[in-house]
Amino acid sequence: MIIGAAKEVLDGERRVALTPDSARQLQKLGYECAIETGAGAAANFSDSDYTEAGVKVIADAKTLWETSDIVIKVRPPEETELELTHEGQTVISFFWPAQNGELLQKFADKKVNVLAMDMVPRISRAQKMDALSSMANIAGYRAVIEAGNNFGRFFTGQITAAGKVPPAKVLVIGAGVAGLAAIGASTSLGAITLAFDVRPEVAEQVESMGAEFVYLDFEEEQQDGAATGGYASVSSPEFREAQLTKFRELAPDVDIVITTALIPGRDAPELWTEDMVNSMKPGSVIVDLAAEKGGNCKLTRMDEKVVTENGVTVIGYTDFPSRMATQSSTLYATNIRHMMADLTPEKDGQANINMEDDVIRGATATKDGEITFPPPKPKIAAIAAQKPKAPEKTPEEIAAEEEAAAKAAGRKQIGMLVAGGLIMALIGAYAPASFMQHFIVFVLAVFVGFQVIWGVAHSLHTPLMAVTNAISGIIILGALLQLGSGSWIVWFLAGISVLIASINIVGGFMVTRRMLQMFNKS
Amino acid sequence: MPIGLQTAAYIAATVLFILSLGGLSNQESAKRAVWFGIVGMALAVLATVFGPGVDLTSPAVVIMLIITVSAGAAAGAIVAQRVEMTGMPQLVAALHSFVGLAAVFIGINSDIAPPEGLAGAELVIHEAEIFIGVFIGAITFTGSIVAYGKLAGKIGGKALLLPGRHALNAGLLILSVILMIMYMNHAGSWTLYLMTLIAFFIGWHMVMAIGGADMPVVVSMLNSYSGWAAAATGFLLGNDLLIVTGALVGSSGAILSYIMCKAMNRHFVSVILGGFGNTTGPAQEIEGEMVPTDGDFVAETLNDADSVVIVPGYGMAVAQAQQSVSELTKRLRAKGKNVRFAIHPVAGRLPGHMNVLLAEAKVPYDIVLEMDEINDDFPDTDVVIIIGANDIVNPAAQEDPNSPIAGMPVLEVWKAKHVFISKRGQGTGYSGIENPLFYKENSRMYYGDAKSSMDALLGKIS
Repeated sequence: MIIGAAKEVLDGERRVALTPDSARQLQKLGYECAIETGAGAAANFSDSDYTEAGVKVIADAKTLWETSDIVIKVRPPEETELELTHEGQTVISFFWPAQNGELLQKFADKKVNVLAMDMVPRISRAQKMDALSSMANIAGYRAVIEAGNNFGRFFTGQITAAGKVPPAKVLVIGAGVAGLAAIGASTSLGAITLAFDVRPEVAEQVESMGAEFVYLDFEEEQQDGAATGGYASVSSPEFREAQLTKFRELAPDVDIVITTALIPGRDAPELWTEDMVNSMKPGSVIVDLAAEKGGNCKLTRMDEKVVTENGVTVIGYTDFPSRMATQSSTLYATNIRHMMADLTPEKDGQANINMEDDVIRGATATKDGEITFPPPKPKIAAIAAQKPKAPEKTPEEIAAEEEAAAKAAGRKQIGMLVAGGLIMALIGAYAPASFMQHFIVFVLAVFVGFQVIWGVAHSLHTPLMAVTNAISGIIILGALLQLGSGSWIVWFLAGISVLIASINIVGGFMVTRRMLQMFNKS
Repeated sequence: MPIGLQTAAYIAATVLFILSLGGLSNQESAKRAVWFGIVGMALAVLATVFGPGVDLTSPAVVIMLIITVSAGAAAGAIVAQRVEMTGMPQLVAALHSFVGLAAVFIGINSDIAPPEGLAGAELVIHEAEIFIGVFIGAITFTGSIVAYGKLAGKIGGKALLLPGRHALNAGLLILSVILMIMYMNHAGSWTLYLMTLIAFFIGWHMVMAIGGADMPVVVSMLNSYSGWAAAATGFLLGNDLLIVTGALVGSSGAILSYIMCKAMNRHFVSVILGGFGNTTGPAQEIEGEMVPTDGDFVAETLNDADSVVIVPGYGMAVAQAQQSVSELTKRLRAKGKNVRFAIHPVAGRLPGHMNVLLAEAKVPYDIVLEMDEINDDFPDTDVVIIIGANDIVNPAAQEDPNSPIAGMPVLEVWKAKHVFISKRGQGTGYSGIENPLFYKENSRMYYGDAKSSMDALLGKIS
């Protein structure tokens, strides 16, 4: 089958769904690849790069759509592109089927299969094709860069000959993929980074990235992200109020605010109100990553940068990934490649839209003329539900337990001593004195042995076995003493015993020495 | 040599043996300690040969002595020189069998030519000593031979489970006790010989029923038995040096067995009775999939990592990969990375087996850590490479109460950022249970023979 990458038709979109690298990998799956001329130019992939990678460069969109069995894109296809499709063709791109119902119907009518990259379920197995995450990661990073570009100061604090520079204070709202990427970029630039999320379980992730998690004084329901597939959901009015109070408190203090709060299938919640903007210092920057869905800040205007009266810059761009086209194309193309790998388990260049597969089922929006969106819930939960923690033990309880354990151990020891004493007494009552003398030696030796061996390093257990092998060759003494017996059988058996005991002694000691020589310090 | 001097030599030997074992508490003193053992042994043997018990005027004795000692010493030296470090378990098992056989012979000799002047209770005790010495010696002998065969791959590693094996063992044990009572009542030497055959069978049967990863316990148990056999021989000859040495070795082996059992969270008795795998309920469902990876990705991740922990298992020994692993360690360390090894007590087929293999490959011992020393460090570790290990890194031991290995202490490798598992295929470990580690999100399977996998990595890390 031929996979064709179409040039994006939307103005300003610089990404491309196929890179020379991903093309090489797709060819390994048995596909032929084609690309519209100039499709990669904005992302710094030239036609000749593609030709080198064995990709056919096609002069116009019409031919590309005609000849390709599978068309891959970044942005949702437009009406003009719909006209170029033909029956049985498969289109893989972002699609947003929930918002684009009408277009979806048209694709279904034309019997074109649509695989929406934005519908890939959020399960571990599908992470490699989760284009939303890979794009969000870039958006988060770029948001910090854009903020820096519009911010008149350093991120990091410095003490220079020309005076002291305080570090910038960055607040990231929403610690999803984009939020975490923003936190990472911001902390590595040296800013003091605060982060907030309605899901308290992400606090650990936030702190692991070097940011400080903003906790609310709020007890009630703490959202468990596991119930909603790892996404945030709507919170109660009281919770929202507590949240806004906290933000109001922070607003005069922070220099840069990056909001990434989105709830699937809804308008973005308003979290950064006008009065907060007004209380911010002049020169502060707000980057609203939720601009496409109305923005987390009232003053955000989609795709625009506005400066408020008190000198706060509000950035509402929606094309952050596209602004880093090389990076985002590479990641997106890799996501697509993984999707194709899952579609082609036989590696025979034939895509098989297997509706039994959770991931493929989730992504498929239309198949064979039927709309298959929305998909049923995936069988596997995205992330494990939070386990209830065992109640912590109080120090008293722990002390009591330890005492009980010590008592039990003491009782056990006394019991064993009594039993051992009884056995001794029993033996002593019947055995002759000569035996008892040897027996004392034996018992003492066992005790010494136990004391000594406990001190042996674990790493030297093999040499220990070898050296005990050698010294158990001491049995040679017994055989030596029997050599002088009159009976030839005894003489012969004792001889064999001497022989094998000598092997033990010499072999055991030599191999121990050899081993110990090998242990060297660095 | 007067008997007083001989006793003095024996006392010196005893002290030297204890020092020799005590010196193994760390690597540096151990190098000295082995000399204590050698000197002690030389003292003991010379004091015996030139002592009152050996008639050096008899040509038969002298000829036999010279031939056997020189032949034995030569054979021992050759074996010690040639043995591969991966072959240590076999060698140790083979040496145990020698002690067992010698104990049997000495016991039988003592029956044929009993010491004079014993009567009444002393004679009965002496006969009991012979019987017990031969019994332990015989079990040690055949048990060690089977262990040798299993470790050397000459006998299949699978546990042989005869029907009604517990009843069979118990029956034979009771029969042996009856024979002992008969022997002590002067029923004749045939009882001793019959018991010897029975004990040979018990030893064979007992070890045949144990397999795979339980072998460290078996080898240390046989180590212990060989000590008890020597001690029993000491009793029957009335020789305190033999008793002391045997007791030292016996308790050493017993402690090793205990440590091994503890490390597997198994009861000593259940290991000895053999068999494995009585689950108490359905295993937890495992979610996710095994994701394979290739050398390029592993090398790339290693290049980016700061701290690396390598977990070797029996698979490393089988593939003889320790040299490649050592080379990899050297290169990573040269790049300033913190590389360490995590050793589980039962990794390999002999207590401390992995340490010896790594030492042979010139991995410095101070970066080879025990489980307890390193388990807390995994959350801060960037990359864990697991080479041919399975059950000792199985999170089911902690997470799944129904797992056959539930409660066994394991290396908590899954807490690291990346885990690479070098493995030949998708098979399960010795215990035959699935390992959820392989399905975790941060785990990647690096399939292939351990040695060639590591060599492939070497090419990519310069």
